[in-house]
Amino acid sequence: MASQEILREEPSRGSFVNDPRIRSLFFQTLVVVLLFGSIWWIVQNVIDNLQRLHIASGFGFLKGRAGFDISDTPIAYTSDSTYGRAIVVGLINTIIVAAAGIITATIIGFIIGIGRLSQNWLIQKICTVYVEIFRNIPPLLVIFFWYSGVLAVLPAPRDSYHLPFGSFLNQRGFYFPRPVWGDGSWLILVALVVGIAMSWFVARRARQRQMATGQQFPVFWTSAALIVGLPLLAYVLSGFPLTFDLPKQSTFNLTGGFQVKPEFLSLYLALSCYTAAFIAEIVRAGIRGVSKGQTEAAAALGLRSGSILRLVVVPQAMRIVIPPLTSQYLNLTKNSSLAIAIGYPDLTATAGTVLNQTGQAVEGVLIMMIAYLILSLVTSAVMNVVNSRMALVER
Amino acid sequence: MKHIAIGILGVATLGLMASAASAGTLDTVKAKGFIQCGVSTGLAGFSAPDDKGDWQGIDADFCRAVAAAVFGDGTKVKFTPLSAKERFTALQSGEVDILSRNTTWTINRDTALGLNFIGTTYYDGQGFMINAKKLPGVNSALQLSGAAVCVQSGTTTELNLADYFKANKMEYNPVVFEKLEEVNAAYDAGRCDVYTTDQSGLYGIRLTLGSPADHVVLPEIISKEPLGPAVRQGDDQWYHIVKWTYFALLDAEELGITKANVDEMKNSASPEIKRVLGQEADTKIGTDLGVSNDWVVNIVKATGNYGEMFDRNVGSGSPLKIARGINALWTKGGLQYAPPIR
Repeated sequence: MASQEILREEPSRGSFVNDPRIRSLFFQTLVVVLLFGSIWWIVQNVIDNLQRLHIASGFGFLKGRAGFDISDTPIAYTSDSTYGRAIVVGLINTIIVAAAGIITATIIGFIIGIGRLSQNWLIQKICTVYVEIFRNIPPLLVIFFWYSGVLAVLPAPRDSYHLPFGSFLNQRGFYFPRPVWGDGSWLILVALVVGIAMSWFVARRARQRQMATGQQFPVFWTSAALIVGLPLLAYVLSGFPLTFDLPKQSTFNLTGGFQVKPEFLSLYLALSCYTAAFIAEIVRAGIRGVSKGQTEAAAALGLRSGSILRLVVVPQAMRIVIPPLTSQYLNLTKNSSLAIAIGYPDLTATAGTVLNQTGQAVEGVLIMMIAYLILSLVTSAVMNVVNSRMALVER
Repeated sequence: MKHIAIGILGVATLGLMASAASAGTLDTVKAKGFIQCGVSTGLAGFSAPDDKGDWQGIDADFCRAVAAAVFGDGTKVKFTPLSAKERFTALQSGEVDILSRNTTWTINRDTALGLNFIGTTYYDGQGFMINAKKLPGVNSALQLSGAAVCVQSGTTTELNLADYFKANKMEYNPVVFEKLEEVNAAYDAGRCDVYTTDQSGLYGIRLTLGSPADHVVLPEIISKEPLGPAVRQGDDQWYHIVKWTYFALLDAEELGITKANVDEMKNSASPEIKRVLGQEADTKIGTDLGVSNDWVVNIVKATGNYGEMFDRNVGSGSPLKIARGINALWTKGGLQYAPPIR
C-alpha cells in the first residue's frame, strides 16, 4: 500500500483527507474533469442539434463555387473561385489594412507622442488636442467620419479633382498611374536590391570607423544616393522600359491606373488616426520613464538635443514602449473587423457572406475566430522577438 | 458585428439546447402567447415600421395572419428585424418562429440550410435602377459594363448579379454592404451607378431616395425571385399551419371573402364558403390542423384576404402602386393558386 508507506515515512498529519498534496491533486483532477466534461457536452450537443435540425455540417462547403464577386481582390478571384478562396481573399485584405494601419499609426503616434513633450507651446497643444479627440471617440464613428464625412462628399467621377502626376480624387476613391514594367525592367529591381545592400554595408563600415577613430561619415546621404541613384541609372541604361498606365474617363468611372477604393481609404485612415492617439500616450509615458539624469548626462557630454533623443532617450524608452505597443497592434488588427460597416471586404465580411450563402454558421464563426487568433498570436510573437532584442542586456 | 453575435448565439443555443425532448413550435408559441416573426430591417411594402413604430407590409401582415389562425388575434406578433446575413441563423437557432422577410426560395435553402419554404407570397425578379439624370442615354442593363453596382451581401441578388455580368461578358465593381440602409445611403450619395435588388424592392427604395423622379428602373428582369415565408425543418404541424394560412388567404380571395363581408359570408348559401369558414356541422378541418375551426374567419378579419393584403401594402392602395401582374390569382391569369380547403 503506497499511501501507507508515505504516511509512515512522513510525520503523521492524521487522516489523508487533510493531506495537502492529496487534496490539491483531488481538486485539480476535479477541475480538469469538469472542464473537459462540459466542453465535450457542448460539442456533442451542437452535433446532435445540427443533425436534428437537418443542417448540413462539416468543412466540405469550402470547396464549393462561391458565385459572388469581391470588390478588392489582392489575389486572383472570380465568382467561379471556391468559398475557401473567398475567405482567403478576405484574410489577405484584413492583413493588408492591418499592416498598413500599424505602420502609419506607429509613425503618427511617435510624432504626436514626442510632440506632446515639446517645449513649443503650439505644437504641444495641437498634439494634446489630437490625442484627446481621437482617444475619446469610438473607432466606428471615426470610420464613419472618414467614409461619410470626408470621402463621400468628394465630387462625382466626372468632376474629379485633378492632382499632380496624373492622379485623381473623387468619391469613388483615389486613382494614380499604375507602372507597367516593360522588357529589361528587371535591371531596375536588381539595381534597387544592390543599392539597399550597399547602403547597409556602408552603414556598417561607417559605424566601425566611428567606433575605432571617432570620425563620422554622412551615411544617410550616401544611402539615399545609392538607393535612388542606382535604379535611376539602370532605368536610363536599359532604355526607359518603365511606362505608366494613366487613369482615364469612361462612361461610368475612371478606368485604368490604380484605384484605392474609399472603403479601404477610410478604414485605413480611421484605424491609423485612432490607434495613433493611444501609441502617442504610450510613447510619452516611455520617454517620461527615462530618468532625467540620462538627458542631463548626455547634455553634459556635449550632445545636441536631437542626438540626445535619438541616441540616449528613445533607445531606453523603447524598452518601456514595446510591450503596450503590442497590445495596440492587436487592437488595431481586431478593430479592422469594423470594416463591415462600410463594406470593405475584410475577413469578417467575406466569411460572413460565405456563412450566409452556405448556412454553415458554426463552421463560419469558428473559421473567423481561429483566423483572428492566429493573426494576433503571430503579431505577439514578432513583437516578443523585437522586445527581447531591445531588452536590457544584463551582465 | 451583429451577425457574428447571432452566429455565436446560435452556436451557444445549439450547444445548450436540451437535445432529447423538444416541444413543437405550436406548443412553444402558445405557451409564450405570441409569434416571434423575423422581418427585414425596413423595406417599404414588405416589412417596414410606420411613423408609430408598427410594422407594415405584406410580410409583416402574413405573420399577423398566422397569429390570427393560432390565437384568433392578429396582434399577438412580435417582430425581429434581421439583416440578410442574420436571417437564417435566427430561424435555425429558434430566435424567430417564422422568417417572413422577402426571402427567395431556393433548393439550397430548402435542403442544406434546414429550412422549409411554405410557398410564394410574392413572385418577383431582380432588376436594376440607375440615376437617369446622371447617366443619360442608358436604357438597358446591357449598357452597364464598367459600372459600380451597389448590392446587399449574403443575398441571391449578389449571386445573380455575378452570373448576369459574367454571362453577358461585362465588367462591374461590386460595392457590397450588409444592411439595406447602408446600400440605400451609398447609392443615394453616388458611391455606385447602379442599384440592384428585387424589382419590387427597387420601387420601394426609390420612394425613400432624395429625388425619386430622377431614378429609373431598367426593363430587364434577370432572375426568378419567388419570395416567401420559411419555417424550421422537422416540425410538420407548424409547417402545415403556416402553409395553410397562406392558402387560406388565397382561397378567401378566390371565394370573394373579404374583411368587410366575412361575417355575412358565414351564412352564405354556398357549401364551399361555409366549409372554408368552419360553419359546416361537426367540422374538424381547423382542429385537425391544430387551430380552432373558425381560423379562416380570424385570418380574414385580421388582415383581409390575399388581394386586400396586396393592394394595401404594395398595390393600388399603397404609394408603390405595383400592378398585380403574375401575382394575380390563377383565375385572373396570374400564378397564385391554392389547393382547396376540404
